[in-house]
Amino acid sequence: MTVLPRNGARTKRVHMAKISMIVNGNPVTGNIDPRTLLVQFLRENLRLTGTHVGCDTSQCGACVVHLDGKAVKSCTTLAVMADGHEVKTIEGLAADGAPLHPMQEAFREHHGLQCGFCTPGMIMTAVDLVHRKGHDLSDHLIREELEGNLCRCTGYQNIVASIAAGAKAMAKSDLA
Amino acid sequence: MYEFKYHRPSTVRQAANLLIKNEDAKLIAGGHTLVPVMKQRLAAPPHIIDLSHIEGVDGIEMKGRSLVIGALAKHANVAASPIVGEAIPALAELAGLIGDPAVRHKGTIGGSLANNDPTADYPAAVMALGATIVTNKRKLKPEEFFQGLFTTALESDEIITKVSFPVPKKAAYIKFRNQASRYALVGVFVARLPSGVRVTVTGAGSDGVFRVEAFEAALQKRFSPKALDGLTVPAEGLNSDLHGSAEYRAHLIGVLAKRAVEAANNRA
Repeated sequence: MTVLPRNGARTKRVHMAKISMIVNGNPVTGNIDPRTLLVQFLRENLRLTGTHVGCDTSQCGACVVHLDGKAVKSCTTLAVMADGHEVKTIEGLAADGAPLHPMQEAFREHHGLQCGFCTPGMIMTAVDLVHRKGHDLSDHLIREELEGNLCRCTGYQNIVASIAAGAKAMAKSDLA
Repeated sequence: MYEFKYHRPSTVRQAANLLIKNEDAKLIAGGHTLVPVMKQRLAAPPHIIDLSHIEGVDGIEMKGRSLVIGALAKHANVAASPIVGEAIPALAELAGLIGDPAVRHKGTIGGSLANNDPTADYPAAVMALGATIVTNKRKLKPEEFFQGLFTTALESDEIITKVSFPVPKKAAYIKFRNQASRYALVGVFVARLPSGVRVTVTGAGSDGVFRVEAFEAALQKRFSPKALDGLTVPAEGLNSDLHGSAEYRAHLIGVLAKRAVEAANNRA
């Protein structure tokens, strides 16, 4: 395998890739360098900066979004691989100005965030968890399922309480 | 990440042709190993061939007395599959222990096997169950397929299409995680098959997954944790690093093998 010289990028033609996908219900397109990560495409091209980059090594979960309804780490997903698929970010959980999504509301109510950096990923992971495991979640299960989300404020106690309450509230809500 | 040309075949045959045409091309399935190493610039493939849009290669089904899993099946799907849960619950459990929920939504069985990371979980199951690895060119037994650290028998234009697992009478996998990385510091898979007992170890061997024949012989006579009393694995050839010495890993193999036999017996 050859490693290209760093200055090669200036002289070589970049093979661009055309992509289109549905993001938060809206069709979007892009003409991108194929090495663009999904999180870069969301943040830098679409200006959806609610999705965060924390560790950038697929461990912390700050970048979690839903790809075809399933939680994935957008820092470890190439944007071209999401071409033709459907993405939901934290911005897509509830409409602007409308009441918060029940999981967001539960985090507010139960003080499930301190600095808030991990929160978008925590909430997207939590919503995915409810889709997979239902509305009645034990603390033990929630902690197991949060394996891939780190809170460096270490506010897990309230995050777990928020998710348990948010899961129950989602049963009574129209928002998925 | 260095730049690359992106290819998106829609069949395995197209993907194989792209591998032939483009030197040093790399296949990507879930991307959860390849993307991180490309980001770190430990790999700089000039061509990326994306398998994720190929249809019909991610099925999970019983074929006769074998469980057949498509190479693109995600860890989450294997973990949640009622077919896997019924036929080889130990395999469903193993898939559910890989990475975290988001990683399991992307990572694939074919990708894990082709990468042959010495701490990966699937190689332990494939070797313990004597599974057959099916590619676009041939069928391989685990002993031929796994060839040491990150090395397999796969040729440069060869692609895994499915894995066929014989259904064991009893099986269990016990994983002792590295507390930081959550990868297997040591993982032991025990399987009691009609053809005999097999015990495999991942995470510990400096050449990747391996079988413990002394344990197999003892368990063949009596499938009970007690059968392993007094038996040990030599520390020679095991990994030694800041997470654990070779002696510690050798000790863990004995402990985890007993736990695995107990778990296998309790399940049946």
